[in-house]
Amino acid sequence: MQNWWSLKWHEIRANKHSYILMAPYMILFAVFTVLPVLVSIVLSFTYFNMLEFPKFIGWQNYTRLFLEDDVFLIALKNTLLFAVITGPISYIACFVFAWIINELSPKLRAVMTLVFYAPSISGNVYFIWLMIFSGDRYGIMNGLLLRFGFILEPILWLKTEGYIMPIIILVQLWLSLGTGFLAFIAGLQTVDGTLYEAGAVDGIKNRWQELWYITLPSMRPQLMFGAVIQITTAFAVADVSIALAGFPSVNYAAETIVTHLIDFGTTRFEMGYASAIATVLFLIMVASNLIVQKLLRKVGE
Amino acid sequence: MPKKRVNRSAWGTFSLFALLTLFGAFMILPLVYAINNAFKPLDEIFIFPPTLFVRNPTLNNFVDLFNLLGNSWVPFSRYIFNTVFITGAGIIGHVIFASAAAYPLAKHHFPGKKVLFTIVVLSLMFTPAVTAMPNYMIMSWLGLIDTYWAVIIPAFAYSLGLYLMKQFMEQIPDVLLEAAKIDGASEYRIFWTIVMPNVKPAWLTLIILLFQILWGSDGNGFIYSEQLKSLHFAAGQVVAGGIARSGAAAAVALILMSVPITLFVFSQSRIIETMATSGMKD
Repeated sequence: MQNWWSLKWHEIRANKHSYILMAPYMILFAVFTVLPVLVSIVLSFTYFNMLEFPKFIGWQNYTRLFLEDDVFLIALKNTLLFAVITGPISYIACFVFAWIINELSPKLRAVMTLVFYAPSISGNVYFIWLMIFSGDRYGIMNGLLLRFGFILEPILWLKTEGYIMPIIILVQLWLSLGTGFLAFIAGLQTVDGTLYEAGAVDGIKNRWQELWYITLPSMRPQLMFGAVIQITTAFAVADVSIALAGFPSVNYAAETIVTHLIDFGTTRFEMGYASAIATVLFLIMVASNLIVQKLLRKVGE
Repeated sequence: MPKKRVNRSAWGTFSLFALLTLFGAFMILPLVYAINNAFKPLDEIFIFPPTLFVRNPTLNNFVDLFNLLGNSWVPFSRYIFNTVFITGAGIIGHVIFASAAAYPLAKHHFPGKKVLFTIVVLSLMFTPAVTAMPNYMIMSWLGLIDTYWAVIIPAFAYSLGLYLMKQFMEQIPDVLLEAAKIDGASEYRIFWTIVMPNVKPAWLTLIILLFQILWGSDGNGFIYSEQLKSLHFAAGQVVAGGIARSGAAAAVALILMSVPITLFVFSQSRIIETMATSGMKD
């Protein structure tokens, strides 16, 4: 045992340059990412109002969350709905569009990449959608529907419970072709061309088989990477919800786990409770990542 | 293009391109609308039925915007300086720190390497909202509240950048590093004079990624002084001004979105090249 330690110690000493090079990043990473997560998990077992010292209360925050908090259940339902719809759709969309774009000529490819990527880099411009779904007749959507006689009165899109979620899902999809999409475009360009030639000789009949047996398996690293990004964005919907539907939204129709968290963290100052919400969200994300990664290993088999 | 590929059915090609066009329109139309709105005179913004394209383009909205901001308590140039400073400092620090950390992770073998990298990858799953509150507490312990640094320093250790940079550095041939080592160069020298110049295209990717984040940040929650707030915050104030400021708000939207888009257009090919060669293998 002592031998093992002295061996490790020796190894660490021999590599001190590596640790020194990593130190600045790792210290900041620990302070601003790892530590907050750990603090958050610890706080989730306490009652903490930012003024008094946190008081340990065990699992109470969690039982309250699932048994007593009706709004959290709405938030959970909305978030899962978001994730289940926007997650897979935008993931598949990212891939499909990258795949089609990849077959275009280089010039056209650059233009189309920009078209699909621009919404997600144009900053927080979702207020364009506020103008589109504006509740009076000057909003584009109301204007069009009125003009063609589908409706007689302007619809208050973002104040009517039934419309809020679909609109937010739509806007979220519009925004979601980001880093994952770019990674897919890049990944497609690295797929070894000779594999396709070999595949054609080995009896691959059409482009769909080519996609399943050659393209997708060659891109597994990018697919994994894209999945992490999409899952994180799909579960963390909040900005769009707040910007479009307001905070809180009409009858909590657009409440998500993150807006619920913001509510308790910044409005009611119930830090322990908010931390419990954060911890639940994190566990959901890690779990869905593990599932998705397992599924992705089956690609091309 | 490969020489021999399986046959593609014309019907398949047609439907794929129809799909591309349809969704491309969905992606780009709101942006086209936003661009046009910025040049519409006020009466055209409130025309019924609403139009997508501008009929009598005018620069009035921009003039209004600058008048509006010129009268505000904090000079507009201050907001610009704040945003440029936060974005610039954050990016420079991030590129240097993330590259320095990525080099050992990509090229050295040492105890703890696997664990460290796994934690970084896991952290890609932490959404900022999850850590917002503890972050606030840590910031206040460190006395960073209400300074630029509350936004800049955490950006140094943004995890996606390290992840991409590490994958990219793995492509650097080992012989190159071995040769330098034999010539007696220290690890720091190798990093600075050999590794860094070799990963220039990857810098660009990191720059774009971080630019998006910092350019769009308003320091909300950490910065309270009006003088330290960002362009994005100022823009939000204009938009919050309501109907009377619709024209100026449209101009703001255009200005805010045109900067990252322009940056991307000019660096597009290099960025895709990085993401491709980095291979992102795990």
